[in-house]
Amino acid sequence: MDESVIDKAVYAELQDAAGAEFVAELVGTFLEEAPGMLAELRRARAENHAERFRRAAHSLKSNGNTFGASKLAALARELELKGLDADPARDTSALVALEAEYARAAAALKDLRHG
Amino acid sequence: MADPTARVLVVDDNKVNRLLLSRNVQMQGHRAELAENGRAALEMLRHEPFDLLLLDIEMPEMDGFAVLEQLKADPQLRDLPVIVTSSLEGLDNIVRCIGLGAEDYLHKPVNPVLLKARIGASLEKKRLRDQQKELVRRFATSEVAQDLQQSGFALGGKRVHASVMFSDIRGFTALVESQPPEETIELLNTYYTLMFDAISGHGGVVNQMIGDGLMALFGAPLPLDDCAGSAVAAALEMIELIEQFNLERSAAQKPAIRIGIGIATGDVVAGYTGTQQRATYTCIGDTVNLAARLEAHTKVAGRGILIDEDTQRALGGVRTEPLGAVPFKGKAAAVEIFAVATGQPA
Repeated sequence: MDESVIDKAVYAELQDAAGAEFVAELVGTFLEEAPGMLAELRRARAENHAERFRRAAHSLKSNGNTFGASKLAALARELELKGLDADPARDTSALVALEAEYARAAAALKDLRHG
Repeated sequence: MADPTARVLVVDDNKVNRLLLSRNVQMQGHRAELAENGRAALEMLRHEPFDLLLLDIEMPEMDGFAVLEQLKADPQLRDLPVIVTSSLEGLDNIVRCIGLGAEDYLHKPVNPVLLKARIGASLEKKRLRDQQKELVRRFATSEVAQDLQQSGFALGGKRVHASVMFSDIRGFTALVESQPPEETIELLNTYYTLMFDAISGHGGVVNQMIGDGLMALFGAPLPLDDCAGSAVAAALEMIELIEQFNLERSAAQKPAIRIGIGIATGDVVAGYTGTQQRATYTCIGDTVNLAARLEAHTKVAGRGILIDEDTQRALGGVRTEPLGAVPFKGKAAAVEIFAVATGQPA
């Protein structure tokens, strides 16, 4: 597993504070919810809806930070701050990068949850 | 010792955040309820009591800023402590939250130790504020307390149209001398309970109690549609309650009590008088003096309720009897007065 995907210290702190069992459930919730947020980003991009785009990016950033998925959070934060780019191609490539990072984070979180 | 368990409402559109925050709250021994957006949260706050609100800002339907604005405008909810939990970018947004009345701001992901300290501090502040409100309530009427909360304290008055009532127990001095003081206190407590009930039931406010006498206002500090009608309806109910009370007293071999009530209607100046340290809400003006004179005159006229012409004119469907013009002390011209028909023996 790639150590850089999830910050282990953040994840361990979360487990300490909320309980390992609860965090395992919370990971499950995140894995259920996140694909919807990614899809919302795509939709908002396609419909040119800046407010929804920003909100979905904000949500992903917030959850990324919670689980220590630092890179995922950083990519989402960039989209949140930048908002909809005047150049859709650039957004779409940023979305592809975000989706790829989410896939890595999701895999790592699944491992951690069972580990 | 107050109950350490608080009811906390967690508002966040993100499910992971919602679950994690409520978990933190529960692990600190509090109860957590959940709402998905600002609109749902306000709905819950207006129907159930909460001690604290953990509020996200970035939400669909109604965001956290709008929630803060609505809370601030709602007299019932303006004192609810709010801790904003958000991962908003930009200091100006945090400043905006505090400006809108948020108690505190915690950046997400929320550090549980910090959250615990903030929740503890907010609840303690709320407890003190509730205690203070309770004190104000006990020593002022709830209307005055609300008026104080809304517009703050300032000496000085404003002119309002109102009805002023004075009432006292006839022959009270003789009664006091004929019975032990404990019995007098008990009598006064029962008497005041009954009178307060009748007066506030008709929208009036008792603003002074002196011995067996009281002064009540109808139409101040909060305006009342039909202040004269309300004051007379309250007076009739007061007499009726005293009659019922007398039945109990006569069963206990105690003498019946009689009350006299005077009501006058007109413009009064209402507001806080006194000093910055100690003040009272009251009304002054001719109307107040006249009401006091009318009450004193009930003994002379042998009637339970006496009213002035302005009160009489505003009444519909209440039987009154003109008693002619009476010269009152301090009045240049004689004043037309009316008796309201009551069941009380003269």
